Amino acid sequence: MKKISLTGNEAVAYALKQVEPEVISFYPITPTTEIIQLTNKYILEGKMKTEMILAESEHSALSACVGAAACNLRTVTATASQGLLYMHEVLTVASGLNLPIVMIVGNRSISAPLNIHNDHSDTMAVKDSGWLQFYAENPQEAYYLTILAFKITNLIKIPAMICLDGFITTHELTKINILSDKEVKNFLGKKDKQKSLFNFEKAPIFGQLSLPDSYLYFRFKLAKKIKKSKKIIEKTFTNFNQKFQTHFNLIETFNLTTAKNIIIASSSICGTIKETITQNLKEWGLIKITTYRPFPKKSLINICKNKEKIIILDKSLTFKGEKTGHLYEEVKEALFDLQEKPKIFGEVVGLGGKAFSPKDLKKLIQKYE
Amino acid sequence: MNKQLINMGSLCIGCGAGIIANEIIKSLNEPAIFVLATGCLEVGTTTYPHNSWPYPVIHANFGNAASVASGIARARKFNQKINKNLQIIAIAGDGATYDIGLAALSGMAERGEDVLYICYNNQAYMNTGIQKSGATPIGAQNSTLLKWEVEQKLYPKSVIKIMLAHKIPYVAQTIPIFNNDLTAKIKKAINIKGPKYIEILSPCIRGWYYEPKDSLNIINLAVETCFWPLFEYEDNQLKINYVPENKEKISTWLKLQKRFTELSKDKNLIDKLQKQINKNWEELLKENN
Ligand SMILES: Cc1ncc(C[n+]2csc(CCOP(=O)(O)OP(=O)(O)O)c2C)c(N)n1
Ligand code: SF4
Ligand SMILES: [Mg+2]
Repeated sequence: MKKISLTGNEAVAYALKQVEPEVISFYPITPTTEIIQLTNKYILEGKMKTEMILAESEHSALSACVGAAACNLRTVTATASQGLLYMHEVLTVASGLNLPIVMIVGNRSISAPLNIHNDHSDTMAVKDSGWLQFYAENPQEAYYLTILAFKITNLIKIPAMICLDGFITTHELTKINILSDKEVKNFLGKKDKQKSLFNFEKAPIFGQLSLPDSYLYFRFKLAKKIKKSKKIIEKTFTNFNQKFQTHFNLIETFNLTTAKNIIIASSSICGTIKETITQNLKEWGLIKITTYRPFPKKSLINICKNKEKIIILDKSLTFKGEKTGHLYEEVKEALFDLQEKPKIFGEVVGLGGKAFSPKDLKKLIQKYE
Repeated sequence: MNKQLINMGSLCIGCGAGIIANEIIKSLNEPAIFVLATGCLEVGTTTYPHNSWPYPVIHANFGNAASVASGIARARKFNQKINKNLQIIAIAGDGATYDIGLAALSGMAERGEDVLYICYNNQAYMNTGIQKSGATPIGAQNSTLLKWEVEQKLYPKSVIKIMLAHKIPYVAQTIPIFNNDLTAKIKKAINIKGPKYIEILSPCIRGWYYEPKDSLNIINLAVETCFWPLFEYEDNQLKINYVPENKEKISTWLKLQKRFTELSKDKNLIDKLQKQINKNWEELLKENN
């Protein structure tokens, strides 16, 4: 296995070069723009045979992916923040039409006020649009998850977002393990045969009008698909882990065997939490949510049932009237049926790129000790 | 035998959009993929489990037909088996084209996508109940009409001119059932590579509010009054396809449609409209020489 120094954006672009999706469609936005600049360079250098559509908006960028994916091709876009919100109308169509599109999101705050730095407000705002959501802790995970996303979406036939923290992960330079091109190609295999606009004999239709007698059927079918996707994701992760000595799962746990209390969080902040636990928070463990959609409810119940306290750290706000985040709401709901529940607390941190250091974490935990 | 729509689904009887779709399909000898924008034609022909289309068809959103079509146009190159003549044809209403999807259409044209984009223009948002669109002509009654002297220009904006400003290889204006003009233009367009834009006036029984027996008359008069001249631009070179021998007065066309009942009482405004139509036509003739 090769090791090279790459930023998160570079790692994703490298993965895209190896996957070689047929169509990329994109509109620039900080902090993901670099991914497309790099893939464009790869295309110009003849290192990938990909059609690049430089769209005039994110709405159109994703729409072009919808068109290409309906021809049963691998297709990808990248965005963040306002760009993701601009796509919202098309997001639900992509999932409703069962199109295996991959999207890279460099998580960024949303306006107003305008702010280009990291939090999870953008992907949380679209968490229920029928897309799978995976959160990467660091460039290494972003690299692997990008490859995995193409495999998983091809198996499940619903689109997926790979989320990495803007600037923190997108621009962080680290040494990462790189698979060989052949390993990536072999792992992905051939694309499944599926409904395609290129089938002139069948002349299929995508995107019909559905009246109240059928609409429910389609939406429930999508919900069921997402529920069933959990097993397929787990199996794909296991397969990947065995092949490449990685440790992907719906969730990742850290220091849980002895800890009575748990912190739950996702993405780059988990690096800070692990470091702090190792140094001076021995009685705390961590659950890192890698797969947010489908939500890993069962795994959480199993781990949390005998614990005392849980603190959920969110990088987004719900605006439901209290200062709580989305992950907090989801975890609380997931653990609601437990007979003996741990005490559950939520904290919103790091909005708009506000730094969150081990010292901040220590101080925050003290409130609950 | 060329294909045709399997049936007219739930479109109004005599709907211009249905007639247009059928004329397009009947003009094709080659494989095609259709992209529809939300609107009457899409809703009327694709209600689950029904599907009127004899070709592969996709509908995503209201304003993105041009972008979905762009994705398919690029996808074409990855399927060796398919016919080189495969056509990607987007069909969208005037609301989808003049208003919500204008940027997407502009992007498609600017990028040079190999797509034939067709706007069937019934001059309002019909599917949602006859609201004003950017293509609604002055005085046309609609469910959102305010004071038209204030709210509407004498003539709607010209998407044709906007497309000409993009310098795409083919731009045309036509109407169904008139001298085979529509069929000829489709056949010409599909042999041209790159972005093509054809705008087709699409009579709407419900929104224009006319007697079904007047359908043909309305089509003929739209052309004979020069309200809707038939022309095409190849590489921005104009060719007028039909010159009326005796230009009809616009008032005769307006009178057939109840949407113009109020306007028809306003002689002053009709005069202004007639002058504008004359001016537009003379400009076109001048450009043709
Ligand atoms: C984003 C969005 N906004 C509004 C609508 C509601 N809507 C559906 S069809 C339509 C009007 C369509 O008008 P046009 O494109 O002229 O087609 P027509 O129905 O007249 O054939 C509107 C406003 C929608 N579907 N999507
Ligand atoms: S309202 Fe007009 S455009 Fe819509 S189906 Fe009826 S005739 Fe056709
Ligand atoms: Mg209309």
